[in-house]
Amino acid sequence: MMLLLRGDDGQARRNVKILTLTTTVATFLISIFVFLEFDPGNSGFQLVEEARWLFGLRYKIGVDGISILFVLLTTFLMPITVLACWEVKNRVKEFMAALLVLECFMIGVFCSLDLILFYLFFEAGLIPMFLIIGIWGGERKIYAAFKFFLYTLLGSILMLIAMIALWVMVGTSDITMLMKAEVPSETLRVLGVTVVGGVQTVMWLAFFASFAVKLPMWPVHTWLPDAHVEAPTGGSVILAAILLKMGGYGFLRFSLPMFPIASEVMAPFVMWLSVVAIIYTSLVALMQEDMKKLIAYSSVAHMGFVTLGIFSVNQQGIDGAIFQMISHGFISAALFLCIGVVYDRQHTRAIADFGGLVNRMPVYALIFMLFTLANVGLPGTSGFVGEFLTLAGAFRVDTWLAVFAATGVILSACYALWLFQRVVFGDLIKESLLAIPDMGGREIIVFLPLVAMTLLLGIYPSLVTDVIGVSVAQLIADFNESRQAVMGQ
Amino acid sequence: MMLAQDIAALLPEMVLAIYAMVALLWGVVFTKGEQTNSSGVPVLWVTVMVLFVLAIWIGLAPAGTRTAFNAAFTDDLFARFAKVIILISTALVLVMSREFLEANQMLKFEFPILVGFATLGMMIMVSASDLMVLYVGIELQSLSLYVLAAFHRDNTRSTEAGLKYFVLGALSSGLLLFGASFVYGYSGTTLFAGIAESATQDISVGLLIGLIFMLVGLAFKVSAAPFHMWVPDVYEGSPTPVTALFATAPKVAAIILLTRLLFEAFSSAVADWQLIIVITSVASMFLGAIAAIGQQDIKRLMAYSSIAHMGYALMGLATGSAEGVQAMFTYMVIYVVMNVGTFAFILAMKRDGWHVTDIASLKLYSRQSPTRALALLILLFSLAGIVPMVGFFAKFYVFLAAINADLLLLALAGGVASVIGAYYYLRIVYFMYFGADEGERLDDSVTLMGQILLMLSALAMVVGVVNLFELTDLTARATQTLFN
Repeated sequence: MMLLLRGDDGQARRNVKILTLTTTVATFLISIFVFLEFDPGNSGFQLVEEARWLFGLRYKIGVDGISILFVLLTTFLMPITVLACWEVKNRVKEFMAALLVLECFMIGVFCSLDLILFYLFFEAGLIPMFLIIGIWGGERKIYAAFKFFLYTLLGSILMLIAMIALWVMVGTSDITMLMKAEVPSETLRVLGVTVVGGVQTVMWLAFFASFAVKLPMWPVHTWLPDAHVEAPTGGSVILAAILLKMGGYGFLRFSLPMFPIASEVMAPFVMWLSVVAIIYTSLVALMQEDMKKLIAYSSVAHMGFVTLGIFSVNQQGIDGAIFQMISHGFISAALFLCIGVVYDRQHTRAIADFGGLVNRMPVYALIFMLFTLANVGLPGTSGFVGEFLTLAGAFRVDTWLAVFAATGVILSACYALWLFQRVVFGDLIKESLLAIPDMGGREIIVFLPLVAMTLLLGIYPSLVTDVIGVSVAQLIADFNESRQAVMGQ
Repeated sequence: MMLAQDIAALLPEMVLAIYAMVALLWGVVFTKGEQTNSSGVPVLWVTVMVLFVLAIWIGLAPAGTRTAFNAAFTDDLFARFAKVIILISTALVLVMSREFLEANQMLKFEFPILVGFATLGMMIMVSASDLMVLYVGIELQSLSLYVLAAFHRDNTRSTEAGLKYFVLGALSSGLLLFGASFVYGYSGTTLFAGIAESATQDISVGLLIGLIFMLVGLAFKVSAAPFHMWVPDVYEGSPTPVTALFATAPKVAAIILLTRLLFEAFSSAVADWQLIIVITSVASMFLGAIAAIGQQDIKRLMAYSSIAHMGYALMGLATGSAEGVQAMFTYMVIYVVMNVGTFAFILAMKRDGWHVTDIASLKLYSRQSPTRALALLILLFSLAGIVPMVGFFAKFYVFLAAINADLLLLALAGGVASVIGAYYYLRIVYFMYFGADEGERLDDSVTLMGQILLMLSALAMVVGVVNLFELTDLTARATQTLFN
C-alpha cells in the first residue's frame, strides 16, 4: 500500500525535480484512493497489511480514523514542499532523494501497527532531516543539525528501552493487542520515591521523553527554534507541518491507550506544562527579531494547545488537538513558505530589514495576512476551530487552565499581528526593497491549496471531525473503562 | 583409531598449519634477493584461496559435535560458525589490503603467512575446551599479530605499536596463565567439562580468583575497558590492513573464547561473574563513546568505536542466558561486516599518492564521489546503531536479551552510551557532507576489491532490514549446541 519511494538518478536537475514532484503527487493520489476505501464509521484499524519480520516482530501496517488524516496531511504537503524547493541550486538530486526518503518514513510512522516498526520509522526520519538541515541549512547549520539529532535521539532511546520492556512484559509488539493489554499499575517505590501508577508511570515517562522532545513541549523545545532557523524553507515546512505532529500522534497512539492510569496521574502535570508553554513561548516569540524564529516559537505555543487537548481526555479536547495539529500543519507550512518567499529575494530573515512590502507585493501581503490571522485563530479559519475545541475540552477539566491558556490566544494575536505590521505595512523606505517583485505563478500555485484547506476547514470542520470522531470516541471509552477497572478494585 | 578421529576433527586446522609452513619454506628458499612485492602477491592470493576453501569446507561440514584429544578440542556448530566468520573476514581483509601493501613496499611473502598463522590461532581459540588449548590458541594468534603490528618496520609508529602490543599482550597472557593455574589447582583439571563439575553454585575462593584473572586476561584480548589501553595506539600505529584485521577476526575469536570459558566451564557460577561482565560492558560502552569524540584520526576513532562495540557484545554475555549469547553472536557478525566495509573505505583514503587517516581530509568528500560517501554514511549510521540500518538490530537484539534477563539498567546505560557514541560517527558525516570547501582533497584512488566490499557491506546494512539474512536463525542454531 505505502510504497517505498526513492528518487532515481535523473540526468538533469529539472528532470529530478519533475520526477520528485510526480512521485509525490502520485503518492498523494494513492493516499486519496486509500482514503476513499476507508470507512470512517469503523473505530478499529483498517486496510491492514501484515508480514513476518525479524525475531517474532511483524511488519504490520494499517490506518484508523486518527492516522489516516496524518497520512493525508503528509502526502498533501509533500508536493507543495517540492514545489517550494524548486529554487534549490545546490545538490538538487540529493535534496529530492532526501525528501522522498523522509516522506516514506513519515508515512510509515503514521501507518505502523507494530511497536518496533513504529520506532524504526519514527527515528529513521532523523537521518534525512539531519542531512537536510546540515547540507542545505544556514550559517549555524552544524550546531542546529547536531542539536536536533542528539536531542531527539536521546528521547527516542529511552522510548526504545521502554518499548522493549513493554514487549517483554506483555509478550506482543502488536499495537492493537497492546492497547487492550493491561500494564500493571500498582504503586511502586523506586529509590525511595513513591511512584503512583507504578510500572505504567515509569514507561509513560520514557515514552513522554521521546514525544515531548519531538512535539516539542516546554522546556525541551530548545532544539526547535535552532533547527527551524537554520533549515532550508522546505525543511522548515516539513519539520513544522509533519515531524512535530509525530509527537502528538504518539501521545494519542501510545500514552493514552496503553498507559491510561499513568496518563490520568500525569495529566495535570502535562496540562500545566502546556499552559506554561503557551504563555512562555508566546512571550518569547514577541521579542524575536528573526521571522523564522518567531514562527518557530509560535509553533511551540500551538503545540501547547495540542497537549492541552489530548490530556483533557474528552471528545472536544482530543478532537480539538487533532484538528489543531492538522490545521497547524497547513498554517505553519504556509507561514514558513511566506518567509521563504521574501528570503529568496532578500536573503535575510531579520524583521528589521523589511517594511512596507504591501506597496510592492500586494498578493503576498494578502496571503501572508490570511495565514497570520489563521495563526491567531480568527473564526472562519481552521486555526480557530482547533483552539476553540481544545480550550473547551480543557475548560471541562479545569477552569483556571482554560483561562490561562486562553491568554495565549491574545498573546498570539500580539506577536503575529505585530510581525505582520512590521514586515508588510508602513512606508516602503528601505532602499533594497524598492525593486522587490511580487510572487510569481509557481509561488501562487504553492499557496493556493493551503489557502483552500485553511478556509475550508475553518468553515466546515466536520470534514475532519467526522473522520476522527468514531476512533476518538473509542479511544476515550477504552480509556475510561480501564480507569474505572482499576478504580473499582 | 582414536588418533584418526582426533585428526578428522582437527583436519581444517592441520591443513592451514601445513599450508602456512610450506609457504614459509617456499618463500625462504625461492625469494632471496628479489623485490619484496613480487614474492608477496602470489602467496597472498594463494592464502586467500586457502582461507576461502577452508571456510566453505567448514561451512559444509556435517552437523554434529566432534571432539578431539580427550575433549580438549571441540568442533561443534558454535565453533564452526565462528570459524567461517573468522576465515571469511580474514580473507576479505587480505584481499582489500593488497593495494595498500604494494604501495608501501610491505607485501613481503611473510605478511600473508603471518595472517595465516594468526587465523590458525583464532580457529584453535574458538574450538578450545581446555585451558592448555586455550592458551596455545591465544599465543599463536597473539604472537603473529605482534609481528604484524610492527610490520612496517621502517616506520617508528608501527614499531612502537608492535612493541606496545607485545609488552602489554605478554602481561595479559601472564595474568591469564596465572588465573589458569589457579583454576587448575582448585579443580584438578584443565578440561572445561571438569572445571564445570567443581565450579558449582558456591564456588571456592581459589577458583574465583582464577576466574577473575582469566577474565582480566581475556578482557585485554577483546579490548574491553578498563583493559583497553593498548587499543588506540596499536590501531593507530599499525599499518592500516593490520588495523582492519585487528578490528575484525581476532575480536570474534576472543569473545567466542570468552563465551566458551564462561558458559562451558563456569556455567553454574553465573552469579559470580555476571557483575564483572556487566561492569566491563558499561565501562567499555561509555569509554568508547566518550573518548572517541575528540579523535582526529579515523583509525584511532575506529579503535574507540571497537571498544564501545565490544561493550555491547559483552552486554549479551552479561545476561548469562542462551538468548544473550545468541544476541552477542549476531552482534559480532554484523559488527564484522560493518568493519570490513568501513576499513575498505579507510584503506582507499589517499592524498597525493600517500595514505592518510585524518578525518578532516574527508572534507566534502560527498561532492567528490557521492556514491562512496553515501556508502560510508550508511555504514557510519549503522555503526552508530541508528534505524533503519542493520546495526540498530544488532543493538536492539542485545538490549532485548538484557531486558529479558532483568538487566534493565544495563540496557538503559547502553542506550545512553549509544546516543553519545552517535555524535562522533555524525562528525565524520559532518566532514563529508557539511564541511566548507577548503584544503586539499583526497585522490580518486579506488581499488576494485575495496569498492566492491564497501558497496556490498553498505548494501547489506540496508537490505538486511528485511530479515537480517536469516542470521538470527543461524546464530540460534549455533548457540544451541553450546547450551546442551
